Amino acid sequence: MFHLSITEEEGRTIIVSITGRLSLETIESVMKESKPVFEINRPFMIIVNLAGVTFMDSAGALTLLRLEDEARKRSVPLFITEMSEKAKDIMQLIDRRALALTPLNPQERHIGFFAQIGEHSINFLKDMQQVITFGGILVAEIISSIRHPRTVRWADTINYMKKVGVDGLPILGLISFLLGLIMAFMSSLQLKQFGANIYVASLVGLAMVRELGPIMTAVLVAGRSGSAFAAEIGTMKVNEEVDALITMGFNPIQFLAIPKVFAAMFVVPLLTLFSDLFAIFGGLLVGVIGLDITIYTYLKQTASSFGAFDIITGSIKSVVFAVLISGIGCHRGFEVSSGTEAVGNAATSAVVSSLFLIIVTDSTFAIILNYIR
Amino acid sequence: MHETDQFLTTPQTPVIKVESLTVRYGENTILDNVSLEVFKGEILVIAGGSGCGKSTLLKQIIGLEKPLAGKIWIDGVDITEAEDEQFEEIRKKMGVLFQSSALFGSMTLSENIILPLMTFTDLPPETIALIMKMKLGMVGLAGYENHFPDELSGGMKKRAGIARAIAMDPQILFLDEPSASLDPVTAAGLDHLILNINHGMGTTMMIVTHELQSIFNVAQRIILLDKSQKGIIAEGSPLELKEHSTDPRVRNFFNRKAA
Repeated sequence: MFHLSITEEEGRTIIVSITGRLSLETIESVMKESKPVFEINRPFMIIVNLAGVTFMDSAGALTLLRLEDEARKRSVPLFITEMSEKAKDIMQLIDRRALALTPLNPQERHIGFFAQIGEHSINFLKDMQQVITFGGILVAEIISSIRHPRTVRWADTINYMKKVGVDGLPILGLISFLLGLIMAFMSSLQLKQFGANIYVASLVGLAMVRELGPIMTAVLVAGRSGSAFAAEIGTMKVNEEVDALITMGFNPIQFLAIPKVFAAMFVVPLLTLFSDLFAIFGGLLVGVIGLDITIYTYLKQTASSFGAFDIITGSIKSVVFAVLISGIGCHRGFEVSSGTEAVGNAATSAVVSSLFLIIVTDSTFAIILNYIR
Repeated sequence: MHETDQFLTTPQTPVIKVESLTVRYGENTILDNVSLEVFKGEILVIAGGSGCGKSTLLKQIIGLEKPLAGKIWIDGVDITEAEDEQFEEIRKKMGVLFQSSALFGSMTLSENIILPLMTFTDLPPETIALIMKMKLGMVGLAGYENHFPDELSGGMKKRAGIARAIAMDPQILFLDEPSASLDPVTAAGLDHLILNINHGMGTTMMIVTHELQSIFNVAQRIILLDKSQKGIIAEGSPLELKEHSTDPRVRNFFNRKAA
C-alpha cells in the first residue's frame, strides 16, 4: 500500500521518500517506519519527499504533521517537498492549534468513595423533597378535580383505563393464576404431612386477598403502566409539548397527570380483585386435582378464611398504590429536561421508585391494620 | 510531482448511479422510475418542495430502505443486490449527516467521533484521539470534545454531526437538510464548511435541501424533484435552471412561488 525509504546524503541530510497511499490504513505504519529517522544522531535536516504518494486523506495529512512535531521536538528542521496541490488543500483543512487545545469542558473529575455516598445522599434527599412536593400538588389537583369533575378529561381517562386495566388483565391473570398454583402446590407438600390439606385453600385465599393480590397487581402496573406514563410525559417534555401546554394556559398536571391517576385509581382495585380470583382458581386446581378436595369444599374454606374487611382494606391499599404508581410515573416524566437517554432513565426511575414506595406503604398498612383488627 | 490517484480518475466517473428507481409505500408511489448519476468530487443537490421524495431518495441510496424496483450502484457495487458483507464495505466509504444530526446523546462529542474509528480500525487510542481532535478542529469545534450534544447549539450540533460523518475520511458524504432550522449566518458558515471539505478532501457530496441560499452557495449541479411527477423535473446548475428554465414548476421553486 505504501513504501518508505530513508537515505542519508552528504552533510547529514536525511531524505524520507514516501510512495503509495498515505491514509487512515497506513498512518501507524508510516509513523513506525519513520522512527529510525529520529534516532539518527543530530541530523542537519530531514526532507520528506511525497513525489510517489498516490493517495492522501486527512489522516495522511495528520501523519505529516506528526512527523513535523517529532522533528521539532528534536530541534531538527523538517521540510516536506513535492506535495501536490490537492494534498496542500487537505493540509490547509487541518487546524494545528486544535490538535493541542485543552478541552473547554474538563472530563468528569474523580470523586472519592465517601464523597460519592454524600453526593448520592444529598441527591436522594432532594429527590424525596421533590416527590413530596409533587405529591402535594397532585393531591390538591385530585381534590380539585373531584370537586369540579367537568375539568377532568374523561375521554383520556377512559383510554388510560383501557390501557392500564383491560390490556394488563391477560398477563396479570396468568401470573396470578400461576402464583396461586405454586403457593398451593408448595404449601400442600407440608400440610399433607399433618392431614391439613384443606388449609391450602385458606392459605392461598388469605395471602392473596390481604397481601399478595394488591402487591402483585401494583408491581405489574408499575412495570407496565408507571414506566409508560414516565416515558410518554418525558417524550412530551423533550418535544416541548409540555411547554406548549403551559403557554396555551393549561395546567400540565391537570391535563396530563390527572387522567392517568384517575384511570389507575379506578382500575387497579378491579385488577386486584381479578388477581385474587385467578390465584384462588390456581390453588383450586391443585386442591381438586392433587389433594382430592371437592370444588365446593375448597371454595367454602376459601370464603371462610377472609372477610369483607380484608377485601375492603385490600382495595383501599390498591387505590393508594395506584396513586403512588401513576403519580411517581408522571413526576419522573415531568423531571425529564432533554435527551432521549433521560426518557429511558425516567421510565426506569419510575419503576424503581414505585416499587420502593409500594413496599414502604404496604409495611405501613400492615402495621396500622394489625392494630385495627 | 504526480497527482494523487484520488484525482487521476476523470471527473465524469459516476460514484453513485441510480437507475429506474421506484419507491412505493403501500398504494402511495413516492418515486417513479428515477435515474441519476453523481460524479466523483462533485456536490450534487437534490431539491424540491415538501413531500417530493428527497429524503426517501436519500434513504434508498444510503441503504436504509429497499426499493420496489430499480438499481443503485455505489462505487460500482449494486447495493440492491449486494451481500451484507459487501454492503458493509460500501458503508465504510460513506458518511451521513442526518437532519437532526443524530448524535448519540449519552456520549460526548469525542466518543461520538471515535466510535467508528474504534470499531473499524486498529489504530492506537492516542492516534484516534489525535484524529478526533483534528476532525473537531476541521469543523470549528476545537476544544469541545468533552461536551455532550445537549450542550451545543443547533449549528454546532450540525458541525459535530459532520465531524462524525467524516471521521473515517469517507469518499462520499450525504447530507440531509444540513442548514434546516438554522439562522442565515450559521447556515452560511455551514455551507462554507461543506465547500471546504469538498475542496480539501475531494469528497463527493450529495445534499438534500430546499434552502435556496444554500443551493446557490454549494451546489455544482442540482436535481429538482416534483411531488406530482414523482420524479425528476429538472437538472443542471442552479443559475442555469433559475435563469433559463421554461418549466413553471422550476420557476416557481426558484422564485419561491406557490404552485
